[in-house]
Amino acid sequence: MEAVVSRLQLALIVSLLVASLSLLVRSASPELQILTAERRIDLTLHIVRVYLTLKVENTGTSPASEILLAFPPTQVDHIAQIKAAATVGKKKKKSYLPLVVKPTERPDAPNGTKYFSVSFLSPLSTGESVTLEVFYTLTHSLEPFPVEISQSESQLVYYHDSAKILSPYDIKQQITLVKTPSKKVESFSRVEPTDFAGTELKYGPYMDSPSYSFSPIIVHFENNNAFAVVEELLREVEISHWGSIQITEHYKLVHNGARHKGVFSRVEYQSRPSFGGVSSFKNLLAQLPPRVHSVYYRDEIGNISTSHLRTDFRKSELEIEPRYPLFGGWKATFLIGYGLPLEDFLFQSPDGRRYLNLSFGCPLAETVVDKLTIKVVLPEGSKNPSAVVPFSAEQHLETSYSYLDVVGRTTVVLEKKNVVPEHNSPFQGQEEDTGSTCCRSIRRLPITKARLLQLPSNFHACGAIDAGICVFLIVHCMCGLPAHGYINKQMTALSCFLK
Amino acid sequence: MVGKVEAVNGGVKPTTTTPASSETPADLAPPAFSFRALKLKTKQQELLIRVTILCLVYVLAFIARLFSVLRYESMIHEFDPYFNYRTTLYLTQKGFYEFWNWFDSESWYPLGRIIGGTLYPGLMVTAALIYWTLRFLRFAVHIREVCVLTAPFFASNTTLVAYFFGKELWDSGAGLVAAALIAICPGYISRSVAGSYDNEAVAIFALLLTFYLFVKAVNMGSLAWALASAFGYFYMVSAWGGYVFIINLIPLYVLVLLITGRYSMRLYVAYNCMYVLGMLLAMQIRFVGFQHVQSGEHMAAMGVFFLMQVFYFLDWVKYLLNDSKLFQAFLRITVTCAVVVGAVALGVGTASGYISPWTGRFYSLLDPTYAKDHIPIIASVSEHQPTAWSSFMFDFHILLFLFPAGLYFCFKRLTDATIFIVMYGLTSMYFAGVMVRLILVATPAVCLISAVAVSATIKNLTQLLRAKNKAAGPGKGATSVKASSKASLDQSLPFQRNGAIALLVGAFYLLSRYATHCTWVTSEAYSSPSIVLAARGAYGNRVIFDDYREAYFWLRQNTPSDAKVMSWWDYGYQITAMGNRTVIVDNNTWNNTHIATVGRAMSSYEDEAYEIMRSLDVDYVLVVFGGVTGYSSDDINKFLWMVRIGGGVFPVIKEPDYLVNGEYRVDKGAAPKMLNCLM
Repeated sequence: MEAVVSRLQLALIVSLLVASLSLLVRSASPELQILTAERRIDLTLHIVRVYLTLKVENTGTSPASEILLAFPPTQVDHIAQIKAAATVGKKKKKSYLPLVVKPTERPDAPNGTKYFSVSFLSPLSTGESVTLEVFYTLTHSLEPFPVEISQSESQLVYYHDSAKILSPYDIKQQITLVKTPSKKVESFSRVEPTDFAGTELKYGPYMDSPSYSFSPIIVHFENNNAFAVVEELLREVEISHWGSIQITEHYKLVHNGARHKGVFSRVEYQSRPSFGGVSSFKNLLAQLPPRVHSVYYRDEIGNISTSHLRTDFRKSELEIEPRYPLFGGWKATFLIGYGLPLEDFLFQSPDGRRYLNLSFGCPLAETVVDKLTIKVVLPEGSKNPSAVVPFSAEQHLETSYSYLDVVGRTTVVLEKKNVVPEHNSPFQGQEEDTGSTCCRSIRRLPITKARLLQLPSNFHACGAIDAGICVFLIVHCMCGLPAHGYINKQMTALSCFLK
Repeated sequence: MVGKVEAVNGGVKPTTTTPASSETPADLAPPAFSFRALKLKTKQQELLIRVTILCLVYVLAFIARLFSVLRYESMIHEFDPYFNYRTTLYLTQKGFYEFWNWFDSESWYPLGRIIGGTLYPGLMVTAALIYWTLRFLRFAVHIREVCVLTAPFFASNTTLVAYFFGKELWDSGAGLVAAALIAICPGYISRSVAGSYDNEAVAIFALLLTFYLFVKAVNMGSLAWALASAFGYFYMVSAWGGYVFIINLIPLYVLVLLITGRYSMRLYVAYNCMYVLGMLLAMQIRFVGFQHVQSGEHMAAMGVFFLMQVFYFLDWVKYLLNDSKLFQAFLRITVTCAVVVGAVALGVGTASGYISPWTGRFYSLLDPTYAKDHIPIIASVSEHQPTAWSSFMFDFHILLFLFPAGLYFCFKRLTDATIFIVMYGLTSMYFAGVMVRLILVATPAVCLISAVAVSATIKNLTQLLRAKNKAAGPGKGATSVKASSKASLDQSLPFQRNGAIALLVGAFYLLSRYATHCTWVTSEAYSSPSIVLAARGAYGNRVIFDDYREAYFWLRQNTPSDAKVMSWWDYGYQITAMGNRTVIVDNNTWNNTHIATVGRAMSSYEDEAYEIMRSLDVDYVLVVFGGVTGYSSDDINKFLWMVRIGGGVFPVIKEPDYLVNGEYRVDKGAAPKMLNCLM
């Protein structure tokens, strides 16, 4: 009998505990409601860009500190980048404040839904509402159909999504706009009200959708843009003692669209460019930093003669053509190398560390990089380097050998998967000084800050440099200068120029 | 001492050795030092000038060959160099033993090729050694750069050898002229521009080195020099099949010396040491192996070796026997015995197959019409054609006229060394006339002999001038009237002097024309990689046709990695090196039947060709058509050779089927079989 009682007691305690736990969970996710949601899906290129505007209201009892964004599991793997911002102020004084977005797990996620949580600037108290702008890019989300096309055919692709936004919250009113590259749309799913005009497909408005409502749609349309995917990109950044940065980029490029079927007729391709090979691409544009020099473009078997370089003082553009036009499924490997003046990228803080400010992503315009590896080869003798990147990337150190090296050069290796052009933002680097007053006199931190603010998302590679490197750097400074005494003056002049 | 040299003459000659320039300030520093104290003796001045000129020539030989790198890029040229490049790459990646035992399944599908046993490894090992040395010194160079610059580097070294050879032959002046001539001679540049990474690049250096060391050994009678020449020969054997030329020329030379009664102990030591050691060393190269004692091409050397022994033996017997009559009888018996034994050995050897007969290439050297009738595959190569007069002129320019003059000087002062160079010159000139590519072998000889001519002529002329100066100088100063009367009396002297000046000016004009011609030929004719074609566009801009690499790179990137590509054999090496795909036949034309099969497939009707290609497991066919851009060496142009080679093995293919009234037409009026064949 006693045994039964004690068992009952236990059961009671357990159930109480569960109840309190569930209460806790509930209190942790306060009731939010989305008043209006507008989603614009841009399908004009092969990278899908989605702009989501949400107006969120807290209908719960406790203040909410974050909001969850839900994605179906098929889509979440293709998200290359997700950013969120809060809109502050009214129409003309409108400004955007970036918010922290990080992936989260939920135990009660239906059908493997994945979440990202966006933290508000300040917790949203009851009854308050806020407008959020969310931007995310999807790669490999356009599926070619038919899978194989011949040279003269144009490329048709599928895009899968839901007419209604997947969300753990109720949405009072929502609308989805899909922009296609041309008027040629083979078919699209209808979820009334659906409207198609020009190049824009409109789903909605839908009223009072409950949470986790999902209505799959397929859009089948023509997209002849360059489906340029770099399967692997290795960027080697070599910092020279002599005042230059050498960047070598190894590309493995593939046309990721509908596979090419049958023969390739060069005659047809060249005589009728509008018909023969609309789905192919033959040139790509790489945007390089200004003051770039010694640019080369080659592959394993030699120089590729088809490239053009245009430089001005704001940017340089390198137009490259692979050896042959790329049709669906065709591959090409090549490498681009160029040199840059070191003083545009290296800065020193008063504590003796040096910062290197470089752009992270692939310089090719409108290209997806499946796997990006950056190797920053610091001068021989650099110590304790660290890299600061505004998004998650794997990091480790290596040692590499180059001309006349004895102990090898410290190399910072950064790896990231699924990179889109939006990742092209600056990063920084630091170096340590071991006591050369001459070096310390080169105060250039103000420039660093200015540049960092200008550039959207850079990688920050910092390498500590020892006395040996300092000497080399001084030597470099002297090269362009009449005497030691003028170093400071020269630096000030230079910093003024850079500002 | 060197520092002092610099102080006086540094202003005159811009380049000197580096230690000299570094010491100069130290020497100039003490103010007590007067320039008079620094004054050099004539001999030292001469040494300085000689070293300076040699250095300049060394640099010149290198930079004259860089036109192709400047015009195009640092790339490997032509066909064979691609194979060499591929093997070098393999050697540096996998190591020597892997390379030595390499069975290449990517070429000659489905037969494969034993690379390690069928190539001359000298070039690859040399390049790999340079590469490893540079790597050890932490120069982060790519193996391609090393390969591209190997040829110019060895050409520079050849100029040094030419200098020493010239010095050995005649005097140091002739040596300098020889070095300068060979540095820019188009006949040599054609095979040693940057990027032409072929066996010949190092082989000419090795050839000249071997000859120089052997001549030196003969002159000195020194075992050390003979040993050195044996090693030079070993290097030559490891580098190029042309070593057969050495192993036949040297015995011939020895034979000539024996006949002309110039036999000496020096010759005996030099030849025996060189032959025995050289033979043993050469047998270490797998591709040569026992051929060195078994093949008919090497028998002359062996015969002369035994003859030398008989000669020496007879000499010894003659020394022992004082009775000349007895010796005469002995001589008769011995010579008869030796000849009989030799002939029987040769006969038995040949009959039993121990001694292999001469190869086709060797025959075609002796009889230029042989290849055309019997081996179309040799005749089809453009560089195996008999040489036209124009190409002699093109490659040698004034050397062609200086060559007989040099021969005259050599005959005037006949020594062991000059006999050698005369023989080398005459035989190689004959071979150069038989095959275009052998102009290369003749070039060093022509340069050396011409250098003798130039040097001797200029020396005579300047001596004439100087003698006049000495005679006339004081005469004019003392009494002008007497001098003039003397001059009027001695009519021939001023005339001779003017003549000498005119001749000297003429000689320098000719030499400068030679230099201009060489530069022009190098930059215009010999610096094209033939993979990339450049042309002038309508507006004078440069148009580059890079279609070959486009095709190879497409194959490399977009075909399955085990795809088999069928093409005519010219493109075999390039497809394997640049396209990284298996080929059916390539430029190593070791299997005539296999090539004929491909020729047959190309020239059969499409359905028959399909069957043949299925049997060869072919996935892709590569053909070159140059009709759009007017590129003449395309496959249509080569097609008749495919027919001939195919027909040589498969009589089904008949050349007349592809001709219309004995004419080769490729337009509408072409023969029906031509129109319907695979090509």
